[in-house]
Formats: sequence, C-alpha cells, structure tokens
Amino acid sequence: MTGTVLTCGYVPLVDAAPLLIAQELGFAADEGLTLDLVRQPSWSALRDMLAFGHLDAAHMLSPMPVAMALGLGGPSAEIDVLSVLSVNGTVFGVSLDLAARLGPLPFGDAKALLAALASQTVRIGVPFHASMHRLLLSYWLSSRPDLNIEIITIPPPRMADAITQGQVDAFWVGEPWGSVAVQRGVAQLMMAGRNVWGFAPEKVLATRAAWTRGHPEETRRLMRAVYRAGKWLDTRGNKPLAVEILARSEHLDLVPDLIDPSISGDIVPLRGSQPVTIPRFQLFHRHAAQFPWRSQAAWIALQLGADADGIERAKACFRSDLYRQALGPIGVDLPGASEKIEGSMPHETAVSSTRGHMILGPDAFFDGRTFDFTPSER
Amino acid sequence: MGHSTANLMAQDLRILLVEADREKARDIISALKDEGWNNVYALGQISSLSRAVKEFLPDIVLIDLAHPDRDTLEHVAMATQSTERAVALFVDQTDDDLTRAALNAGVSAYVVNGMQINRIKPVLETAITRFQIMRRMRSELTAAKQALEDRKTIDRAKGILMRQRALSEDEAYKLLRKAAMDQGRKVIDVAQALVTAADLLS
Repeated sequence: MTGTVLTCGYVPLVDAAPLLIAQELGFAADEGLTLDLVRQPSWSALRDMLAFGHLDAAHMLSPMPVAMALGLGGPSAEIDVLSVLSVNGTVFGVSLDLAARLGPLPFGDAKALLAALASQTVRIGVPFHASMHRLLLSYWLSSRPDLNIEIITIPPPRMADAITQGQVDAFWVGEPWGSVAVQRGVAQLMMAGRNVWGFAPEKVLATRAAWTRGHPEETRRLMRAVYRAGKWLDTRGNKPLAVEILARSEHLDLVPDLIDPSISGDIVPLRGSQPVTIPRFQLFHRHAAQFPWRSQAAWIALQLGADADGIERAKACFRSDLYRQALGPIGVDLPGASEKIEGSMPHETAVSSTRGHMILGPDAFFDGRTFDFTPSER
Repeated sequence: MGHSTANLMAQDLRILLVEADREKARDIISALKDEGWNNVYALGQISSLSRAVKEFLPDIVLIDLAHPDRDTLEHVAMATQSTERAVALFVDQTDDDLTRAALNAGVSAYVVNGMQINRIKPVLETAITRFQIMRRMRSELTAAKQALEDRKTIDRAKGILMRQRALSEDEAYKLLRKAAMDQGRKVIDVAQALVTAADLLS
C-alpha cells in the first residue's frame, strides 16, 4: 500500500460503490491515498468501530450520524457527513401471497399501494432502525395510522429467507437484496424508494468530527477521490464496466446479475417479468447528488422526532461547508445555497450555482408535502 | 448509586446471552455461574430475540461485537426501553485499544475478550457500573433540560404579568408564588396555565 492509508468501513451493498471504485480505479491513489476497505458485519458494528476510532471513514446510512447527534442509540460521538455517497436506490417488495391479496397494482404508485394495504395486517422488514428505509416507510404510512403494521429489523442478506419463512410479509431494502428475493421467486417489488421521496440521501461518507479536525488535508483528498468515483459511476457509458468491476471486487461478493439492476435502473419486479426502467433509481453524482444539503439532515432529524435544537444539531453534521472548501478549488460546480425546501421540486429545476446555474433533480414527496427548515422568526 | 449497583450485582441479575455456538455459550454460562450469576438465558436463534427480551426482561444482554444480528438486537432493545438495559459487547481477540476507545466513547457496553472466561466477572461489573453512571447522567440531563424549559415558562409568565398589571419583575414573581401557594400548586404549573391562557387570548 502506498501513500496515506485510510481505514474505511463499509457494508457489502451496491451503494458502497463510490468507496470501492475510488480505490479500485485509482481515484484514491491520484490523491496519494490508499483506502483499506474493511467489511462490517452489521450497521451497529460499523457505527461503533467508527465511533471508537477504529475506522477513519465509513459508508453509513444517512440517518445514523443524525441519530448519534440526537443521542438515539449507540455511543455518543460527533460525526461529520462529508458528502452523500448515493441518493435513492431502495425498493419495497411484498411476499407473493400478499401481492395476490393486494391485487394488480401499477409499479411505483405509492398512493394506490397504501390504499390497497388498508385492510391487511403486515409485518415489514427493514435493515436498521435509523435508516432511510425505515424513515421513508414510517413517513409513507404516517397518513394511515389505522393500518396494522409491525416493523421488524432484519439483516438484508436474510430478507429473502424471512419472506420464505413467513417472518415478514414485506420489506424495504437496498439493492441487491430486493432483486435477490425476486430471483428466488419469493417476492414481488412494488415500488422504489424514490416513489415516496424523489431525492432521498441514502448513504453518506462519514468521519469522526475529531478526526476531520485533526486531518484537514486527508479529509480534502478523501472527498475529492470519492467525488470523482461517484462522477465516474454516474457517467452513462461507464455503467457496464462499473457492473463488471464491482462484480469482480472481492469486497461485494455478488454476481453481475445482482449488481446490474440498481446501477442501470432496470428493475425486474417479478421473476420472469419484463424489467421496468426507473429513471433516477439510484444517483451517485447527477443533480448534485453528492452535496450534503443541510435541509436533508433537518428532514431526517424531524422524522426521528427531534425538536428545533435537535434539527439545528443535525444540520451542523452535514458539512456542506467542508464540501465547498474541498471541491470548489478543483472547479466543481456547487449550489448557491446549502439548504433547499425539501419536496419543492416536482420536476428538474435550474437553480443558481457557483458557476452559473445547475439542474437539480425532482425531490417531491408522494403526498406533495414540502419542508422548509430555513431559520425564521418564531 | 452504590446501593443500586449492589442490587444489580446481586445474584438475581438477569443476563441474556446471544450466542449461536453452543459450546461457547456453555462455557460462558458456566463461567457466569461460577461467579454467582445463575439467572442466565442463552439464545441461539435470533428470530426469537424479540420474545426473549419481552418475556425474560434481561438486565444485561451479552452479544459478540461482530454478531451479524446486532442491528436486530438494537431495534428490539429500543422497542423495550433500552435505557433500562445494559448491552455488553465481546470480541474474540484481546484489543486494549478498542476497549479503551469504547469506554472513552461513553457507552455502557464494554468490549470483552470472549474466550477469557475468567475475565467475565470484572468485565460485567464494569459494564454494569458504567451503565448506572450513564443512566444517572441521562436522568440528570433530562432534569437540566426540564429546569431550563421551566425557567423559560416562568419568565414568560412574569413578562405577561409585568405588561398586564404594570408590575416589576420581582412583584410579578411574588404574585405567581402567592397564587401557587394559595392554590396548593407549583409555581411552574401556575406559570404554565397563565402562558397557555395568554396564548389562547392573544
């Protein structure tokens, strides 16, 4: 290993790709870094190892640093979110039995699906309590408190088994685990995460705040390497190669068939059916996907039950300031503001940026609500 | 503190051990018994964890740091008031750095060398002590937050009285205190009622 070695924790999911690609395609080496990628057995373990200083950086569920800032579970440690690693990329699926009871529904219609669930008792598996999966699920269900729903935490690699054994009737997971359940012929995918929130930060690049303060140069180099890896991943022509590299990687241990759906956005909802092409199924770079919007942190905090003080603490851990400092000097176009009104863009929208204007992606919620967290007089 | 720790140290301390390897589980249980802890429930299958936690109501849960089902345990612990429960983690290799870091991070969990059975007692005692300290700190923090909120409410109530009745701050507070004493209520309750009424009328 050459240069500065940074120990980076990850959980083997397709959306760990920016870290893996940064190392394997040499974006890290270009910055004089070697990423020592250490696979973690669970999100709790990854979080603890980061908090205890055994990892320099980690691929983390976006709500985890916010939950830690709010003192909701796990060791108390101040965590910085340096950038967003991926936006969207999760799926909601149901057992074939429940699918039959729900009747025919178009893929991706969050409202129709909610209405169809009305008379059912449903146990739903999620990977972790402080995950975007669980927050989107709770947000989606919150308009229907009459529903009989139980949320259960199950490690994603066991989700298909949990469906088979009748432990759960439905699940909300990140790829490839939704496609795994479909290929095993035990589940049908009903919608993607983006059908509930059009632009949900899914995984983030996280470090301990104390580490960030002590390693300003390494922080900048890491951010630049991961930025370039995300940009490479989101370039259309690179996708087939990305699938091949990730499949060959010792870090994921997945066959290409299982990596392709989330990278290409071509999702097969039911074994033997035609794939459905889902625009913006998962974003690594486009629409300023990597920018850590402070308003995203605020939305997460609100869903976790934070008060006004908690929302401010959450905003402070999404380090859009560091992102600007690290990436502005290499000519990256940056949004003019660090907060936006979440849910306010039903379509692609041009906004002012440091180099003129940039196109932000649709970020609407399924119910049309908007969330404005800009400080105002009370 | 000393008293409640002593209670938790007593032999009726309920320990839930999550360990799939039967032989390892047996070793740990016998080591715990040697130290006088007889109330141990070992769980090999994670699928029954939720029920085990609800029915057995453990005071402490022992689980391997690298156990793939830790995320499930966290959720179950949260759903059953995790603040009332210590979780102790153990790892297979001795790692003093990790242990120190875990303690510095202020967790009630303690990282143990799983195979060094003779170390279980001091480790559990440390975990329990730390858990007690954390629990006390949490309740103190909650109390401090509440005091701050109360002060804000009382300040608002004083402000309302000062404006409406043209009183000085001192007079406004005396009036609040008198009303509280007359009604046999707390000053904060009277202040809260006044603020609520004023909000309704404004």
